[in-house]
Amino acid sequence: MDFGDTGRTLANTLKTAAYFVALAAIPQAVLAQDAAAPAAAAAPAAAYVRMAPTPGKGMPVDGGWTFQDQYSPLGERALWMHDAILMPVITAISLLVLVLLLWVVVRYNRRANPVPSKTSHNTVIEVVWTLVPVLILVGIAIPSIDLLAKQFKPAPKDALTVKITGYQWYWGYQYPDNGGVEVISKMLNIPGQPEINPGVRMDGSDPSDGPTHLEADNRLVLPVGETIRLQITASDVIHSFAVPSLWFKLDAVPGRLNEKTLFIEKPGVYYGQCSELCGARHAYMPIAIEALPRDKFNAWLVAQGGEVGGKAKPAAAAPAADASAPAAAAPAAAAPADEAAAPAAPAA
Amino acid sequence: MATTADTFQAHDDAHHHDHDHDHKPSFFARWFMSTNHKDIGTLYLIFAIFAGVIGGGISGIMRAELAEPGIQILGWWANFLNGHDVSFDETLHLWNVLITAHGLIMVFFMVMPAVIGGFGNWFVPLMIGAPDMAFPRMNNISFWLTVAGFCSLLISSFMPGGTGQGAGTGWTVYAPLATSGSPGAAVDFAIFSLHLAGAASIMGAINFITTIFNMRAPGMTLHKMPLFVWSVLVTAFLLLLALPVLAAAITMLLTDRNFGTTFYDPAGGGDPVLYQHLFWFFGHPEVYIMILPAFGIISQIVSTFSKKPVFGYLGMAYAMVAIGVVGFIVWAHHMYTTGLDVNTKMYFTAATMVIAVPTGVKIFSWIATMWGGSVEFKSPMVWALGFIFLFTVGGVTGVVLSNGGVDDNLHDTYYVVAHFHYVLSLGAVTGLFAGFYYWFPKMSGRMHSELLAHIHFWIFFVGVNMVFFPQHFLGLQGMPRRYPDYADAFAHWNAVSSLGYQITAVSIGVWFINIIYAFTMGKKAEGNYWGEGATTLEWTLSSPPPFHQFETLPVIEDAGHH
Ligand SMILES: [Cu+2]
Repeated sequence: MDFGDTGRTLANTLKTAAYFVALAAIPQAVLAQDAAAPAAAAAPAAAYVRMAPTPGKGMPVDGGWTFQDQYSPLGERALWMHDAILMPVITAISLLVLVLLLWVVVRYNRRANPVPSKTSHNTVIEVVWTLVPVLILVGIAIPSIDLLAKQFKPAPKDALTVKITGYQWYWGYQYPDNGGVEVISKMLNIPGQPEINPGVRMDGSDPSDGPTHLEADNRLVLPVGETIRLQITASDVIHSFAVPSLWFKLDAVPGRLNEKTLFIEKPGVYYGQCSELCGARHAYMPIAIEALPRDKFNAWLVAQGGEVGGKAKPAAAAPAADASAPAAAAPAAAAPADEAAAPAAPAA
Repeated sequence: MATTADTFQAHDDAHHHDHDHDHKPSFFARWFMSTNHKDIGTLYLIFAIFAGVIGGGISGIMRAELAEPGIQILGWWANFLNGHDVSFDETLHLWNVLITAHGLIMVFFMVMPAVIGGFGNWFVPLMIGAPDMAFPRMNNISFWLTVAGFCSLLISSFMPGGTGQGAGTGWTVYAPLATSGSPGAAVDFAIFSLHLAGAASIMGAINFITTIFNMRAPGMTLHKMPLFVWSVLVTAFLLLLALPVLAAAITMLLTDRNFGTTFYDPAGGGDPVLYQHLFWFFGHPEVYIMILPAFGIISQIVSTFSKKPVFGYLGMAYAMVAIGVVGFIVWAHHMYTTGLDVNTKMYFTAATMVIAVPTGVKIFSWIATMWGGSVEFKSPMVWALGFIFLFTVGGVTGVVLSNGGVDDNLHDTYYVVAHFHYVLSLGAVTGLFAGFYYWFPKMSGRMHSELLAHIHFWIFFVGVNMVFFPQHFLGLQGMPRRYPDYADAFAHWNAVSSLGYQITAVSIGVWFINIIYAFTMGKKAEGNYWGEGATTLEWTLSSPPPFHQFETLPVIEDAGHH
């Protein structure tokens, strides 16, 4: 018995290791299976497979000290604004002040300069140190205002709309244009810590699980390569929907429907966390976005019992199961893990 | 009325061994019914130190909990404070109580009482050559209301607050977390605490404005006032205009909570974001309320130890006025992610950046004051140099955050925590310590140890930078603030930050040792112990000054231009 358990554990560990080896080799190609999802009777042909995150992508990294890498055009633009304009300016100003202070300490201390001057005015220099900062700030303000204008460009009419609702303490994701699919997303429980979400599994119990504190049982699944309209609200107190690697943060305010567009460039899993104090478990309502190519996204919608049609863009490769998928299919209809993993991970 | 005359005579006799003609009342009357600006200033300073120790102790609990991922020590504290074993949710709630208490204590019961109540009360009358404040009894009420407010806040942490005991709303008390989200008396007590502290500050502001406008010594025009007095004058106007808005905002919170109004409840046509607008209309000037008096202190110190008049005096004074005015029209930069529209965000981005201009004028003018001077590195000057650099670092990250489009990724992360601690914990508090070492011998009559003051500075400087500089990294990486627990990737810099706290705590220990040293072994302080550079009126008096000073008003001669 003991040996059997140990063997199974060992096998699982090896399997996990194999997944990560595969991940490292071809990050985007590997799709892992959500083993915990309730297996449904009917398995559509193009079944959705829960993606494993790429270590270090879409999440904070150990000892990291810069912004996370950006995976949206606006994120890249804002990152450039910070890295190419703001950082050099503020570093230069801080160093200038430091150098001037050190110079004063060295040159104008009591020993070096026993007799103080009586200068108390110099109109020219006062005008200079008022106007030069003004010019620098104008230089910052122009790209900054431009960035804001870009960020507020509305989504095209036919863009996919997803409604996000903050609850104490989890997120709800609705797809109103796709048959009203609704996903409830809760943090995976953290090994070694008191249970936060009863009935939700432990983080790490599935190979597709990302870092603790950041991974959710059901992710917000979105398509890549198209503009998405996110509408955000809350049902109880204010929350804030934030994903650092997509330069996205918008408050979820009860009684308001805030809207912001999102464009994800590459498939992947992108993590974020609630960013407005919302009560006791504020730290335990992470956001996990799984971005998929349109065809795989459609497969996911179908697996959720949703419709691909409506206002959604025509899919590049409509899954075979599209029409035949039973509308009442249970969420995340899935084939056994091994079957799904085999074709998806040829490198393993 | 013979009794009065007799009493007066007796009183006078009792004090004949004193050099001065002080008429100090009995202990209880002197300290509990005080109308003397110096005694009230002392009370404020002692109170601020007491509150600061509590607020700083709370930081210690928080940094200990954040030293590594997971929840470690919070459970013990939750059980201890509740008096029985509590659930995990109640433990987590304690975290929110701690961040709330830390913020409110440090803002309303440490920094403000110290800079305005303490140094303002002590030195505004001395610097303008006035015998006391304009309304001495109102001054006393201000102090005791502040104490009452602090008690109300302490009581609140033992009242039911929804998920657990105490108010867990954050110092911003946002609705609806602070209304429907927090049933129980805790939040009511916390709000009442703000009402009391606010009323105290409004009365203090009226007192300072009246004193400065009406009680300056003959010849001291507004443009001859020391910059510290200018800084308190501008601060008093900010208090007078900002605090009533806070009072209204939190009164509406109270009625939403208790009397069925729906100012902030969308179900009744209200708006949670309205609360944020009102709060930050107060909250942004509030940060200048905390930092402007420190600006004033630094100006006095830099001038004293450079043995030069302040460079660009008028520019310095009106830079503070400009900061005060612009400070009222930038509030929504605290709300970039609430769903503001694009034009609003653009306006607040541009307006916020404008503040960097007068702030730059101040930084450069301080440096220019030292330029050509004969700088002496006594402890207040070293603290002032530290202030200028640390405030600059805190200021430039403010320029980063002012960009609405960039702030989207930094709002409510540790980057913001690092930014405002650089301007407040490292700025305002460094200014406080600078002022403390500058004036402590004047107030107490005893010299502190310069050596200990320098050691205090260097340990503090290393400690606070270690606490807060890594928090920029955490924020850039996306760690949200107000979290008791975090992903493993954030562990490294959090461990460094927590280690920095311990170093900072050691420096505070050195400071207390220095105070004890001064009172036990410190030399008696002369009237003007800093020498030729110290030219304001408080240096013409003994240390400590007589109980009642300037019974004959000093006359400021017109020495032409500075
Ligand atoms: Cu939340």
